[in-house]
Amino acid sequence: MSDLLFFNGLRTLALLQIFVFLTILIFLFYFSRQALAEFGWGFFFNSKWSPNQQQFGALAFVYGTLVTSAIALLISVPISIGSALFLTEIGPAWLRKPVQILIELLAAIPSVVYGLWAIFELAPFVRSSIQGPLAAATSFVPFFQGPPSGIGLFTAGLVLAIMITPTITSLTVEIFKSVPRLFHEGALALGATTWEAIRIAVVSPSASGILSAVVLGLGRAMGETMAVTMIIGNRADISAHLFSPAATMSSVIANEYAEADAGLHLSSLTAVGLTLLLVSLVVNSISRLIVWRYRSFLKGVTK
Amino acid sequence: MSLKSAPKLSRYFENQMLLTSLIGLMALLLSIRVFAATVALTGAGSTFVEPVMTKWISEYQKKDASVSVNYQGIGSGGGIRQLSAGTVDFGASDAPMTADEEKGAQKPVVHIPTVLGAVVVSYNLKLEKPLKLDGTTVADIFSGKITVWNDARIQKLNAGVKLPETAITVATRSDGSGTTAVFSDYLAKVSKDWVGKAGKTVDWFHGSVGAKGNAGVAGLIKQSEGTVGYVELVYAAENKLPFATLLNKHGDLVEASTKSVSLAAGGKVVELMTKNDFKLSITNSDAAGAYPISSFSWLLIYDGMAKEKGQPLLDMVKWALTDSAQDMASSMNYAPLPKALREKVLARLSKVKVN
Amino acid sequence: MIFGRGERTQRSILQLGIRPDRRWKNILMLGLIHLAAAVALVPLFLVFYHVIKMGAPALNWSFFTSLPTPVGEKGGGMANALLGSLILVGLGALLGVPFGVLGGVFLAEYGRGKVAATMRFCVDLLSSLPSIIVGLYVYTILVVPMKSFSAYAGGLALAILMFPFVTKTTEEVLRLIPNHIREAGLALGIPRWRVVLSIVLKGAIPSVSTGVILGVARIAGETAPLLFTAFGNRNWPTQLGGATPSLPVQIYSYAISPFEEWHQQAWAGAFLLLLIVLLFNMVARYLVFRTQMGKAR
Repeated sequence: MSDLLFFNGLRTLALLQIFVFLTILIFLFYFSRQALAEFGWGFFFNSKWSPNQQQFGALAFVYGTLVTSAIALLISVPISIGSALFLTEIGPAWLRKPVQILIELLAAIPSVVYGLWAIFELAPFVRSSIQGPLAAATSFVPFFQGPPSGIGLFTAGLVLAIMITPTITSLTVEIFKSVPRLFHEGALALGATTWEAIRIAVVSPSASGILSAVVLGLGRAMGETMAVTMIIGNRADISAHLFSPAATMSSVIANEYAEADAGLHLSSLTAVGLTLLLVSLVVNSISRLIVWRYRSFLKGVTK
Repeated sequence: MSLKSAPKLSRYFENQMLLTSLIGLMALLLSIRVFAATVALTGAGSTFVEPVMTKWISEYQKKDASVSVNYQGIGSGGGIRQLSAGTVDFGASDAPMTADEEKGAQKPVVHIPTVLGAVVVSYNLKLEKPLKLDGTTVADIFSGKITVWNDARIQKLNAGVKLPETAITVATRSDGSGTTAVFSDYLAKVSKDWVGKAGKTVDWFHGSVGAKGNAGVAGLIKQSEGTVGYVELVYAAENKLPFATLLNKHGDLVEASTKSVSLAAGGKVVELMTKNDFKLSITNSDAAGAYPISSFSWLLIYDGMAKEKGQPLLDMVKWALTDSAQDMASSMNYAPLPKALREKVLARLSKVKVN
Repeated sequence: MIFGRGERTQRSILQLGIRPDRRWKNILMLGLIHLAAAVALVPLFLVFYHVIKMGAPALNWSFFTSLPTPVGEKGGGMANALLGSLILVGLGALLGVPFGVLGGVFLAEYGRGKVAATMRFCVDLLSSLPSIIVGLYVYTILVVPMKSFSAYAGGLALAILMFPFVTKTTEEVLRLIPNHIREAGLALGIPRWRVVLSIVLKGAIPSVSTGVILGVARIAGETAPLLFTAFGNRNWPTQLGGATPSLPVQIYSYAISPFEEWHQQAWAGAFLLLLIVLLFNMVARYLVFRTQMGKAR
């Protein structure tokens, strides 16, 4: 009897969470209706954004969000997994707890501070030490070019990478901790080197867990507002250059919401919020597809 | 060895204490009505006037301890929206409300000019004297038509100064703002290309760089040589950025200062303001010695507020127009209102009703 | 003689036991792992150093105890923002932690039905919502009808930001607990709800609390959702139904101002915030440690 109560209590809570989501969805749809009525499906595929000419399209921001998130993942995932391995397998025991607390402290830095630090310290660094040499060395590849201001897609991706590392690392640590020691010892007994044992017995079985940690980090990266707004240059452009200014869906809303004229502009900004939801829907579906397709491969031997 | 580290009984008490203190803390939080002043006023709007508002509020609260005022700079548009939604008691804006915005408000809104501000053209160049520019040159720089600093047109205005061959990087605002509205309003008056393109947001040319807020643009200018941008005077002054002396409509070369800005609000302006319900653009002024990119900043209050909050608010606004308050503003690099204008505004204020 | 292997490999297997390429790969990967951990920490030290360097001039006793003052007046502080942040994060955690943890419990224990699948889907999407949209949502449903900014609205916005994250981490962590523990509990005749709460959840407290601590740390530093909900306040917060100051919002206000002394205060405020979160982290971990003290290991 009390079991039923417990189950129903939890289920009510779950329904409440779904309800919150639905109300947010309704909120987004309600306030975007003017923009959607005006532009229809073209809104999602048009990159022209001009409040003056009352022309709005979200494509440039979708591009910005996807590129910065991709850069963030590319940088953060190897580092996070490496750190997690350090913390669970090969780090000296006395160092593990302090290092873990320090990595979690990265999550505590307010996004505003990340933005300010990025403007004053990271952007000049990127401009002189990364963009300069890279652009010079690969001048035939337009991808690595861009205006020399240090403000743009790459720096924003870099800041996001720093911000999502603690999330991915912490969750990955928990996952690694839960792998039975048996496999590790078995691998070592069979003559594997340290790294091989880790790869076979710790990383491989945790692949699906690592994927969820990565998806969690990705969610944070796509939704991060303040830090990105300050360092991305805020131009509604789709540029092939890695270092050029751009804008993400979150940053354009933060930038323009306060001063937007009620009516089409405001409605279009809300529609951009809706677009973000749709994009994360697509991304989440793809990650679920990957989990499903390769479930036998990913699940390994733990489940 | 016992698996429990402490006797069961004291653990129980510890847990109880923890629980009780948590509940006590919650009760305390929920019942906070500490030091509640008699009246609490909330205002929102322009970031430009935020520093002087904090000064005024602090001084006024010392005079009248029954009032507690909270002003937050969230942008002129934000202030207008919050006022219309009724979540704040007064607003502050660098641009007057449009007809649509006034329609959206719950009651008629009175525009009260409080101080004057200036937008300056700031740059990152090492020159001995400030750069001299005129309206059309500024407009063309910000359209991307003039691309190097030693362009013939700039050189002509600055005879005797060796201008470098550096490329011009134009820094602009990426967020909508009253600063942009004032600056583009000026550009539209001095250049045919800009007519109809003024507003809180502008479609800047491809190749310019955008930053968020006055602070962002100031940061961009500071960062690399050859950058030019537009910021509020107080940002250029505080960041020790050089800014251009502009040729005004009267033919004078004017450097932005509280004096030259106040001059833009003298003479005919007072009559025009009074006739136009105190909403007026004073850019490109033809008064002698007036700085061409000057503008008013307004406080927005409802006509017909409830007495409880309305009366203290009116009293505070009246105080802001007194000599002592206006002097405080000018010591912070805000241009005070000319005395003649202040009298007209006070007369208007006395007609504002409270229920 | 080891069959089927070349000369060099023969020698290395006999002498060292490991093929050289495997050995070097091992050294390389271990080195990279150490490098990864070091690289992860570099930004922390850089940011900390920068925060302290820029904020040091403003750090003094009055900073922690006084209200903000206008520019040019000495001795301003962020005491009210500190209190406000504590109130807002407290409210947010009060709502978000139970929601999140119990939601995660539901997904981990009863996670097969349609409700669970829908919920998982919704929570995934919610966790990538931009913080500003959450703020605008709460503004529309709470602030406008109430005609007032409030700590309730701010706390709600923070809770909405927090609970999807905590739900997901809790679910992941609980799913890692092997089923035989649950089965053992049920075999002993313990009702399902007690198995879940007293055995599974209790055993996972350290892991679950990591997620909670990360979630709280994150919302403590959020600015955008508070701008339109709790607003901001240069005075003491006098009621939960009124505008409430917070450290991130105050930091942001100061940072975008033109004044150097306000910039210093912004950095000092950032330092204060970091200190508070570090303190919270340590206290929370200690409390968790206390719960584990009685266990045989």
